[in-house]
Amino acid sequence: MSKQEIRSPLPGVFYRRPTPDSPPYKNDGDAVAADDVIGLIEVMKSFHEVKAGVAARAIHFLADNEDAIMAGDVIAEVEG
Amino acid sequence: MTIGSVLIANRGEIAVRINSAAKALGLRTIQVHSTADTDSLAVRLADEAVPIGPPAAKKSYLNIPAIIEAAKTAGADAVHPGYGFLAENADFADAVVAAGMRFVGPSGTAIRLLGDKVAAREAARKAGVPTVPGSDGRISSAADAANIADEIGFPVMIKAAAGGGGRGIRIIKERSEFERQFLQAAAEAEAAFGDGGLYVEKVIERARHVEVQILGDGKNFVHCFERECSLQRRRQKVWEEAPAFRLPPEVRDRLCASAVELARSVGYVGAGTVEYLYDEDAQAFYFIEVNTRIQVEHPVTEMITGIDLVQEMLKIAGGAPLSVRQEDIAISGHAIECRINAEDPFKDFQPWPGKVEGLTVPEAAHVRFDTLLYEGYTVPPFYDSLLGKLIVHGETREQCLSRLGEALGELEIRGIPTTVPLHTALAADPDVASGRIHTRFLEGWLETRFAARDSEKEVA
Repeated sequence: MSKQEIRSPLPGVFYRRPTPDSPPYKNDGDAVAADDVIGLIEVMKSFHEVKAGVAARAIHFLADNEDAIMAGDVIAEVEG
Repeated sequence: MTIGSVLIANRGEIAVRINSAAKALGLRTIQVHSTADTDSLAVRLADEAVPIGPPAAKKSYLNIPAIIEAAKTAGADAVHPGYGFLAENADFADAVVAAGMRFVGPSGTAIRLLGDKVAAREAARKAGVPTVPGSDGRISSAADAANIADEIGFPVMIKAAAGGGGRGIRIIKERSEFERQFLQAAAEAEAAFGDGGLYVEKVIERARHVEVQILGDGKNFVHCFERECSLQRRRQKVWEEAPAFRLPPEVRDRLCASAVELARSVGYVGAGTVEYLYDEDAQAFYFIEVNTRIQVEHPVTEMITGIDLVQEMLKIAGGAPLSVRQEDIAISGHAIECRINAEDPFKDFQPWPGKVEGLTVPEAAHVRFDTLLYEGYTVPPFYDSLLGKLIVHGETREQCLSRLGEALGELEIRGIPTTVPLHTALAADPDVASGRIHTRFLEGWLETRFAARDSEKEVA
């Protein structure tokens, strides 16, 4: 079993849901495919999707909804 | 003046601008800031700085109780809201006044009236300001709407009454499509806004965006002529000029007089802007909306009239009558402003915050750079991407464009991508030079001319 980190490509504010009223893209423990969106980064009032980038059995978020993050910060870990 | 201090309820370049205007009038300045702006130029320049919350705007710059509390604690006599954030929030204006301070702008009542699209259009119509031909307010039946569309002529726009910022608009080119589209639009508006109300407006093709600067003290009302803001991307202004080009003197007189009449009809207090669409072929202008605050592009007006609009706002808030009479205000030369954003114009304007490693600003009597930058500053990712505004004056538009090209060549912001290359290309463009532009010009130009230039460069 291998662990991998998903890092933010951009600095900004991290969101786990597409809109404030929607359910989160992924819950802790969910399986992910490489193309799955796991969150949004808001940078200077524009929004960018973050994809998992790898397929994995379970995802664990390290960044909370609305956390301020820097480029390169770890958003989540996945277990292969 | 009856005020001795002002709290600046904003950030960025406009906070810096308000600080310098206030200090020139001998006012003590209090700068509120989020934890992301502790190192900002506005905080460094102010007499006093008060933290009001975390980076997210809704917890800091949009947090009315926190700002009112900061103002009371610091003993502020007045609050200047800048633009954006709470600048057009009537409840904020009311809260400032209820706390015993002056709001630098019109009353909450005036902000509410002019902020409501239908009410503002009605106020404009009553003041004799031409509005875009269309239905007077909401229309309920597709048949009534079709009759109005026939009268004003196709193409027409069907707009959601509860929409805004470009949302809830559809353009109908022919009579045959009208009814089907109208019913769809009503259903969509109901789903999107919870309000299926629609109205119909004529489409002004190849329109230009012109706007008139007004000042009022509740008794006297003047205009400071107009600005041309037709170069826009995604409905955001990118480059602004004063005065508008190729505006016949008779049209200018009517345009500016109509803005003053609207200001007079509502007893306007402070600085404001009346926005219009201008149909050059018909030499006709139509009211769009009123902005009850200082605008980003106010410096071009200051450059051609010599009036300091921000100082004037503070003096009015302090209870002084207007310091200028209409007959004292004249146009001298031409001015252009370029908005310098932290965006990469070669990568679809991707915003990119970060550290400014170096900064060289052109220095000349005809050049002004309003900015939040200093060398070593790290631009935070939490707010809009505006870094500064390069403003250049010339005796003529031609001289202004040539001076602008030079100034852009001298402006250097190292460490992060900026929109300077976009402006350099626009300043050298023949269509911009001849004024063959309209509000949809820039988006087409970016796809054809700018993108083409970019790929040539990559090949080379």
